[in-house]
Amino acid sequence: MTPVIRLRQAVCLLGRFPALAGVDLDVAVGEILLVRGPNGAGKSTLLRACAGLTVVSGGEAWVLGHDLREDRRSVRRQVGLLGHSGFLYDDLTVGENLTFAARAAKADPAAATAAMAALGLDGRLRDVAVARLSAGQRRRTAIAAVVARKPSLWLLDEPHTGLDQSGRALLDVLIVDAAASGATVVLASHEVDLVAPLITRSVLMAGGRIIEDPAAPPTESQKTSPGAGVTHDALGVGEARLGQGEAIGVS
Amino acid sequence: MTRTSVEGVERGGGMVRVLGAATALMMAVTVLLALVVSPAEINQGDSVRLLYLHVPTAWLALYLSFGVTSLASALYLWPRTRSRLWDMVAGASAEIGVLFLGLTLAVGSIWGRPTWGVWWTWDPRLTTTAVLMVAYLGYLAVRTVPGDPEVTARRAAVVALAAFVDVPLIHQSVEWWRSQHQPASILDDSRLLDPQITGLMGLTLLVSVVAFTLLYAWLMCHRVRVANLERTAGGEDLARAMVERHAEAETAGRL
Amino acid sequence: MTPSASAKRGLARGRRSVFRDAWLVAAKDLRVEARSRVGMNQVVPFALLVLVLFAFALDSEREVLRRAAGGLFWMTVLFAALLTIQRSFVAEASDGARDGLRLSGLDAAGIFMGKAAAVVIQLMALEVVLAAGIVVLYDVALAGPLLLVSTALLATAGLSAAGIAYGMVAAGLRVRDTLLPLLVLPVLAPVLLAAARASDAALAGTPAVGWPWVRLLAVFTTVYVAFGVLAFGALLEEA
Repeated sequence: MTPVIRLRQAVCLLGRFPALAGVDLDVAVGEILLVRGPNGAGKSTLLRACAGLTVVSGGEAWVLGHDLREDRRSVRRQVGLLGHSGFLYDDLTVGENLTFAARAAKADPAAATAAMAALGLDGRLRDVAVARLSAGQRRRTAIAAVVARKPSLWLLDEPHTGLDQSGRALLDVLIVDAAASGATVVLASHEVDLVAPLITRSVLMAGGRIIEDPAAPPTESQKTSPGAGVTHDALGVGEARLGQGEAIGVS
Repeated sequence: MTRTSVEGVERGGGMVRVLGAATALMMAVTVLLALVVSPAEINQGDSVRLLYLHVPTAWLALYLSFGVTSLASALYLWPRTRSRLWDMVAGASAEIGVLFLGLTLAVGSIWGRPTWGVWWTWDPRLTTTAVLMVAYLGYLAVRTVPGDPEVTARRAAVVALAAFVDVPLIHQSVEWWRSQHQPASILDDSRLLDPQITGLMGLTLLVSVVAFTLLYAWLMCHRVRVANLERTAGGEDLARAMVERHAEAETAGRL
Repeated sequence: MTPSASAKRGLARGRRSVFRDAWLVAAKDLRVEARSRVGMNQVVPFALLVLVLFAFALDSEREVLRRAAGGLFWMTVLFAALLTIQRSFVAEASDGARDGLRLSGLDAAGIFMGKAAAVVIQLMALEVVLAAGIVVLYDVALAGPLLLVSTALLATAGLSAAGIAYGMVAAGLRVRDTLLPLLVLPVLAPVLLAAARASDAALAGTPAVGWPWVRLLAVFTTVYVAFGVLAFGALLEEA
């Protein structure tokens, strides 16, 4: 079955800097994938690249059947990206933002109403300008904007940040429901313990590459590339081999 | 790398040297003709000699380099002919064009002072030239914005084409504008702008235009070569940056 | 359905969707402006102030101001247009200005037309106020209404189209506030010239002289609307 995301040695340059320096990744339909890694590893860039926002300048990149090196625009309608900024208009209300987002994505405006209800935004908050919301409420609105589009691929960058207990619970339910109904979810998060019950697989990213992946795709470059190799162990536990054959245990 | 090819890369190949020599020769001939051999003009006296500098630089800046920039930008944007070479050519041509455009305006102004008594006149060609100067500078400003080189190249190419499309509009509007103003009798623009060109003067003008065209070609060769070197150096930087990036994985903490 | 019929349907749907997207974006931009009221509270007073400052600069000579009214009016509109266009892109969220628009699923040509239309509407409202301004401040009698209105419509459309296209080039860059004027003003020079001359002709009671300028404006506006529609997709992609 064709994977939803297929990356082979993908390189993404931000100016001169290789944010993604050779990523190999396969993501199958219905997976909930966690991408973890230190700051600066390239997690956000990975999500943005899969959304078709950044130019992939090396390697292969296929998302939802679209070749991102040929045409990265068509894939955007089918993905929902939740970034650090919410892509919301500060001067408009929650309701207006969501209606606009739904209409722009050619989705049913009723989906916007349903999304608002799902995230507890359909009461007083519906008519409050986004600028006057708290950070957590903004996050909920941004999530609702993604939900309203009904995307086939969810790309969530630190989605739990700023949410309170009930918000987190709501989000978790949404993620699981999305995967259950045929969408695929990729999330980048530092809160490994929090998301552990949701996810189906976890990969570790560092230095612009995926260095730990329980289901790593086969590549020839594994044998010849310098630096860390790839482990095939359970979630997050295993060994990494450095250039000289040293091994370091990972907890 | 052999020594000769390294030298070639640093100073340009044999063909460029020949071009440079031809340019120098033609320039020498021009100077001789312009300053010594050709006669002074009836109305303007010796100040007409400035024209031998002004006309070729105007031709070069307005038509040649701007035309090349626009053509190269179009070639860059057209998918079938897309190549970084066109981007480098467009940028180089614009830089040389701005230089000569500034020279054109300055020399024109210096020529105008003894001839008309003013530093500037709102003649359609002059005015269009001034506006074009600013448009060129805007184009160069867009090229210097930091970012992905391909993105910058594309952005700059679009700006160049937009400016190109605007040129006939600017020219037409300024022409109409000036045609509505009867020139003052002291400032009979058209008569003085096209002085009587007799045989030897015509030859000098032709020689100077050829000399400056060769100069343009020689400068272009070198500027594009330098741009290419910058790009190659950038490529090497990338390889190094990739290695450093991979090394981050070893030094960064694991979760 | 035969293949050609379904293809035609698809094309028609595509065309409809571009205008639908334009409508959506224009409505959104105008709603944002209505909420923030920057146009009303800041740009209009600024424009009126510029009219007053021109009077200071030209020593409030009645004759001079009256004769220069056409040009001064359009200079002021030009300054206000720069501000309005900058605002149009600031509203797209400071970081990821392009990301939001690119992810939205909106057609690039639709975004261009919608944003330009919103700017046209805001500028035309401003021009009404400024017209009252020059009547009062410069003692001008408005004459040649047909010529004045045609000029205003075409010039404003041309300003907005070129402005939004170049605004996209400059949007999101740290140098955008200085880059936009540098890029767009040489391009808008013919618009200023034509609009000022046509307005002068109307106000002086010699409209026949003004109509050729309106033709030039029509050409300019057509060229830049076409350019924006075609190039906006490429400009939007420059991240």
